[in-house]
Amino acid sequence: MIIEKFFNKWIMFFLILIPTFGVIFDEPYFITLATKVVILGIAGIGLNLALGYCGLISLGHAAFFGIGGYITGILSFHALNDEMLFSWPVVVSGSSEMLIIWPIAILVSALFSFIIGLLSLRTSGVYFIMITLAFAQMLYFFSISWPNYGGEDGLSIYMRNSFPMLNTMDPISFYIISLFWLLFSIFISLRLINSPFGMSFQAIKQNEERVKSVGIETFKVKLLVFVISGTITGLAGSLYTDLNRFVSPTVLDWHTSGEIMVFVILGGMARLYGPLVGAAFFIALEQTLGSYTENWQFWLGLILILVILYARSGILGLFDKKLKHEK
Amino acid sequence: MTLILFFEQLLNGIQFGTMLFLMSSGLTLIFGVMGLINLAHGSFYMIGAFSAALIAALTESFWLALLASLAGAAIAGVLIEIIIIRRLYRRDHLDQVLATFALILLLSEGVRWCFGAFPLYLNIPNILNGTVPIFDNIIYSKYRLFIIFMGFLIALGLYILITKTRLGIRIRAGQNDRQMISALGVDISKLYTIVFAIGASLAGLAGAMIGAIQSVEVGMGEPILILAFVVIVIGGIGSIKGALVGSILVGVTDTIGRIFLPELLKVFMEPSNATSVGSSIGSMLIYILMALILIIKPSGLFGKS
Repeated sequence: MIIEKFFNKWIMFFLILIPTFGVIFDEPYFITLATKVVILGIAGIGLNLALGYCGLISLGHAAFFGIGGYITGILSFHALNDEMLFSWPVVVSGSSEMLIIWPIAILVSALFSFIIGLLSLRTSGVYFIMITLAFAQMLYFFSISWPNYGGEDGLSIYMRNSFPMLNTMDPISFYIISLFWLLFSIFISLRLINSPFGMSFQAIKQNEERVKSVGIETFKVKLLVFVISGTITGLAGSLYTDLNRFVSPTVLDWHTSGEIMVFVILGGMARLYGPLVGAAFFIALEQTLGSYTENWQFWLGLILILVILYARSGILGLFDKKLKHEK
Repeated sequence: MTLILFFEQLLNGIQFGTMLFLMSSGLTLIFGVMGLINLAHGSFYMIGAFSAALIAALTESFWLALLASLAGAAIAGVLIEIIIIRRLYRRDHLDQVLATFALILLLSEGVRWCFGAFPLYLNIPNILNGTVPIFDNIIYSKYRLFIIFMGFLIALGLYILITKTRLGIRIRAGQNDRQMISALGVDISKLYTIVFAIGASLAGLAGAMIGAIQSVEVGMGEPILILAFVVIVIGGIGSIKGALVGSILVGVTDTIGRIFLPELLKVFMEPSNATSVGSSIGSMLIYILMALILIIKPSGLFGKS
């Protein structure tokens, strides 16, 4: 664990170094890429709580990522057109203030994770994997066939939502906002993992029957983890819409669920910074391989299979072992 | 008029259901015997369709193309099982999900590499073109009837294979107790390869038959793969009977729901709203059905709890 902490310091160093480099050499593209890594990292950190620490294999986190994304898109769309979101029973208008959008995105993602969790957690094992997948697909098809918000074409919001005192269109400002949420979600995860509640959900991963036998209601614990996990991923979705100034059904596609899962596994499961490293590796791969060949996903698939077959503890795990040997 | 439309849509639903059965029976067999969640099953659907399109372009024979879809998917299945899948049986579900997800990326991009990004087309043979009258005033596409016929033929074939043949006995024994049958001298790894190849070739056949109605393109297997998952969750994972019932249920619900829900809602609301709300809910209907069934029976209709 000490070695991992040493690595985490390096990761934090890079999180500051890369955008600084971007500013000095006037390469805004670097900053945007780093922002993407940070946001996808948050999504992965969300999933890691359920998947890595509690052993809930959710193949449906795209649902929460997409809900956060669409809530942001829809609110901002209404603010742009100066329309009411709905006028009954109370008048609600859109908004382009991040400080208003975030709480709403968080609440709605939490609500959806609660409902989906409540139904899915009645099952376990393979059924759980497939049901979470199916719920995400349900929302995906809904987003395609619901014409009001762009349907299949997606929804453009033209301007990033605003934050007091900051120009969010400036890449570095938006990076700082995303970085704040990254640190916040890492902090929340850290506090959760070391709390009594965290002990119980990590114990559920090891042996649920035993946890039950000491009198813990495992269903409630799992549901709460699932809701927190989905909410963090939802928040990442909200930031992702602002990053791209665009949201489309692609964010709800099951490939998104798969990719978020890949971040967690590539980086190393149940490691606090794992998803961030995984997301960084994924984006780096996309950028480097993508510049050589159109079929970069072929090589991505190959690398993934090799990682799963031969390096199950992920990138951080690989370094961890190496350092232990050197000592 | 509506009755005719209803009957026609019912047949469409059954036709869709039989294709879902070809997908889901393989999926459920592979899960039942080897305990493997195979997300890459849709890739065999795609490989089957592409093999058929390739052979159809070379020989101009639809029947050879159908054979090619079976053979192509089976060969791909055997190779992939031996190289990759075999290493996953002992792993947990998470590893299986990820490895087969990675396999989808690999196979989809591989096929795109070989065949290009443009969709291919597969022609229906003349003998199956056109329509036939079923009752007095109902006419229906010959090809779709052929698909229904093939679907039931294969369901029957699978039933005979599983209940009456030696291989079937081994498969059933494998579902019950893997260790025991390998202890009894059955070459378990060969059995696994055979089961995987059967599943893959059924998916490939489905791909070729649907490819002739729609187009043959990369990623065509994914929507139907997820529906096949819904089917086996509804039917109970590991049960072929469940796959059959679930397939028809999902096929019919999906087809009928998409057409009639907007009509039904027009009774209550304005037509333009009814169309958009109806089609949105119609596309979610099977997932709602699945959620309802799981609330009542968490392990599916025919699943072992």
